[in-house]
Amino acid sequence: MPSAVSKQALPAALKDAAIAAIVAFILFLPIIGMQLQPGSGGLDVNFRLPLVLIGAAIVFVGRLLLGLLGSRRRAPRAGPSIMERVAAGVAANGRWLGLVGILFALTMPFMPFSNRYVVDVGTTVLIYVMLGWGLNIVVGLAGLLDLGYVAFYAVGAYSFALLGTTAGMGFWYCLPLAGLLAAMFGLLLGFPVLRLRGDYLAIVTLGFGEIIRIVLLNWTNVTNGPNGISGIPRPSFFGLDFARSPEPGTTAFHQYFGIPYSGEQRVIYLYFLILLLALITNFFVIRIRRLPIGRAWEALREDEIACKALGINPTNTKLTAFALGAMFGGFAGAFFATRQGFVSPESFTFIESAIILAIVVLGGMGSQIGVVLAAIIIVLLPELGRDFAQYRMLIFGAAMVGIMIWRPRGLLAHRSPTVLLHPKGGPRPADVPPSVKEAGA
Amino acid sequence: MLYFLQQLINGLTLGAMYGLIAIGYSMVYGIIGMINFAHGDIYMIGAFVTVIAFTTLGIVGITWMPLALMVVLLCAMLFTAAYGWTVERIAYRPLRGSFRLAPLISAIGMSIFLQNYVQVAQGANVKPLAPIITGGIQLGSDGSFSVGISYVQIMVIVLTTVLMAAFSFLIAKTPLGRAQRACEQDLKMAGLCGVNVDRTISTTFVLGAALAAVAGLMASLYYGVVDFFIGFLAGVKAFTAAVLGGIGSIPGAMLGGLLLGLIESFWSGYFSIEYKDVAAFGILVVVLIFLPTGLLGKPEIEKV
Amino acid sequence: MREQGGLEVTHLTMRFGGLVAVNDLSFSARGKEITAIIGPNGAGKTTVFNCLTGFYKPTVGELAFMGRDGRILLEQLDGFVIARHGLARTFQNIRLFPGMSVLENLLVAQHQPLMQASGFTLLGLFGARRYREAEKDAIELARQWLDRMELTHLADSPAGALPYGQQRKLEIARAMCTRPTMLCLDEPAAGLNPRETAELGILLKAIRDETGIGILLIEHDMGMVMGISDHIIVLDYGRKIADGTPLAVRSDPEVIKAYLGEEDDDELPPEIRAEISETAARA
Repeated sequence: MPSAVSKQALPAALKDAAIAAIVAFILFLPIIGMQLQPGSGGLDVNFRLPLVLIGAAIVFVGRLLLGLLGSRRRAPRAGPSIMERVAAGVAANGRWLGLVGILFALTMPFMPFSNRYVVDVGTTVLIYVMLGWGLNIVVGLAGLLDLGYVAFYAVGAYSFALLGTTAGMGFWYCLPLAGLLAAMFGLLLGFPVLRLRGDYLAIVTLGFGEIIRIVLLNWTNVTNGPNGISGIPRPSFFGLDFARSPEPGTTAFHQYFGIPYSGEQRVIYLYFLILLLALITNFFVIRIRRLPIGRAWEALREDEIACKALGINPTNTKLTAFALGAMFGGFAGAFFATRQGFVSPESFTFIESAIILAIVVLGGMGSQIGVVLAAIIIVLLPELGRDFAQYRMLIFGAAMVGIMIWRPRGLLAHRSPTVLLHPKGGPRPADVPPSVKEAGA
Repeated sequence: MLYFLQQLINGLTLGAMYGLIAIGYSMVYGIIGMINFAHGDIYMIGAFVTVIAFTTLGIVGITWMPLALMVVLLCAMLFTAAYGWTVERIAYRPLRGSFRLAPLISAIGMSIFLQNYVQVAQGANVKPLAPIITGGIQLGSDGSFSVGISYVQIMVIVLTTVLMAAFSFLIAKTPLGRAQRACEQDLKMAGLCGVNVDRTISTTFVLGAALAAVAGLMASLYYGVVDFFIGFLAGVKAFTAAVLGGIGSIPGAMLGGLLLGLIESFWSGYFSIEYKDVAAFGILVVVLIFLPTGLLGKPEIEKV
Repeated sequence: MREQGGLEVTHLTMRFGGLVAVNDLSFSARGKEITAIIGPNGAGKTTVFNCLTGFYKPTVGELAFMGRDGRILLEQLDGFVIARHGLARTFQNIRLFPGMSVLENLLVAQHQPLMQASGFTLLGLFGARRYREAEKDAIELARQWLDRMELTHLADSPAGALPYGQQRKLEIARAMCTRPTMLCLDEPAAGLNPRETAELGILLKAIRDETGIGILLIEHDMGMVMGISDHIIVLDYGRKIADGTPLAVRSDPEVIKAYLGEEDDDELPPEIRAEISETAARA
């Protein structure tokens, strides 16, 4: 851009920034500038005017920079943006990146830097990765905004908790049952509500999630209310328990392999367990995307009316997406229960649903690798320190807004076709004359 | 009978507050077709500003009740409206015309942000507000149980009625209301006819936030406590009220609010208080399935 | 009415509140023929289509269709079931799956048979041979239509990136991939240039002659309608005002009146009236 334009832009940007700063001052004045504190007779106010001024100044500078940068960027840029190219690159090399990622995940517990804490955090990341992949079926592929995904996670966790503590059933028997039950809940909820428009559906699923949580909280006879259920059986390794002193008549893992007992063995085992579950989820999602049902999900996301005209039953198709997504939520829930050994309604609040949704949205709807990245960021952020923990959700919320504005389909969103007519050689999409591409925009 | 009367009074008070928040949801939905998920948190900010303003006035020494109440009401409406305006400007305006779930996700992000912003700035603990308006009128008693309506409840009901009247006038008779109704019909066409669409939408958010601030003021006086999380539940319930009344319709929002308040009050009075939120969510689900246009809403014709 | 693709509409009425969009309409459309529905804007043409394809439930009327599995009554079925019986349609404002590739659009159209071949996903998940073969066949059918529409080189591009004329073609190809017995086209020539319109006319005639399916057409381009239709139905204000061969319809006084207004309507300057009549005559 010629510099004359940016000279004109400066006064405008200054004015704009000044307005933004004034608004920021008004916004910050009561909430940040006047902090309520317990005082002698009830509440007291702690005035923090400097903080408000600093905040307004930051807004001023930020807005000014944005304004100046924005005016320079008016000129239409040739070709896709940097992020689009990155996303396309990641998608094109998905197989390699995936392999490297899996290799790293497999060797991570045995790396020199690894310890019990690292493996534990890795396990948490993988739970969120699995949940993200499961929700990606519903949100990313089928385009159904599910704000109550945590309900299915809760159903899975509680069904294992109850079966394990009352019927004494082991993890491996309960895992499929938990998934099945969650899927049934998905069908039960989905059947009446999937006809609703997208945003109504979102609110209804939110309501459903809250109903499940409130029921768990209050149905004390069965769920033990807010105290939760403890003493949930731990998973065994082909019948071998991870215990220092196994019950009489059974063999423990360390005894069978003739190695000394260590608490880390179970932690590592749990890590590999969730890695396996997550990889199964991933395999499933990649596979099903290339099947007719997967294409129908994406088609429904794009245009429901056109789908009807092609003989696709929208309700049933959405229902399968909903139920399958719920099933993976249920599996993850069962794992969560066996890992913690304890479940309570506290773990299944709306915020949890929002976190899983944020993982899908930030990573890029439909992008498998994006989900992994987002899960790592979101889980690691609070682990970096107490200060970060306090600001985690704040950054979260801001990031969700920011990503929607910057790249509404998520950071690494890039859709590659599920099937190619010209796999190698022949005219590729990149060879389409530019005039053709522009006409579509 | 006395018990019933008491539940009725409580339900009306609750319903008035829900209704005021619901109007914000309904207006925004009517005009840009999105669920402003952060609206509940706007209400929460209104409640916080109320408590902050009351406490500050107490420190300054202004304790004459009517004056203090007026000042606080104005402060709450003004500052909260500023939040409403900013939220629209930052999180929704850039997304107009984006893919259909984007604004909703952005709104969820905004809601999380506002909650944690208030938590970080004001602390996570519950803020108790010393009772400001005390006392009430006893309506009847049969020895063991007495029915009364507190002055706060009277204030809530009177203030809501006045605001509703003013608001209906605004929508029906002023150029702003006309612009708003035009935008509701067709955003693009209204713009082509010279309606300043951006300004109209901004005004809608400002008005909705101001009404939510009033609800926040009422709630902080009525319950005497605020914390950063009150917006979530109140928001979902007010949205339920808006849907029940027919989303997009302002009288509908008020009606839905009152109905929901009554249902919740009677439910907790006669069934179980633990499941009162389930009742609200259950109504939401049932209404959306069987009566998606609500009581006073207009049916939507699917264009093929 | 015996052969596949026949359509028999009797006493169709569609009301929206007080508005009568279609009023007691009866007509039939045969297989192996192109039947056009014409009429001024707002005459109720698209409403007829929406009733036929299950998007609206008609207020009154019987819509009988000779589908793949014999005679069915369309007004009793859901839209997606109607499509499965062999009635395919396109939309006035093109409805492709813009983010999916051209080829994927054509595969989604073959959802039903592919779904069965994938054993409702279970077999497909494990890569069963039966499914792989079915998918190969589906791609083959898609390729035939792509070749036909000269879209093969664009098969892997997003459908939304195609220019308008090619999107129209793709939508017809997608409808054909459902292997319909009757094809309903809602203003397929809208937005096409004269050359593209002419090509479209040739294409539709070829589809009729080669596949033997019936085509029901809503169109404003009189040149194309008169050139390719075997049978024309004229609607005005929801009523049928004429029904017959292009030749008969063209000279029908009711039709001329509907298109040009009443004789005694002399608000228009004479030279413009003359121009309109000339245009109509040429059509």
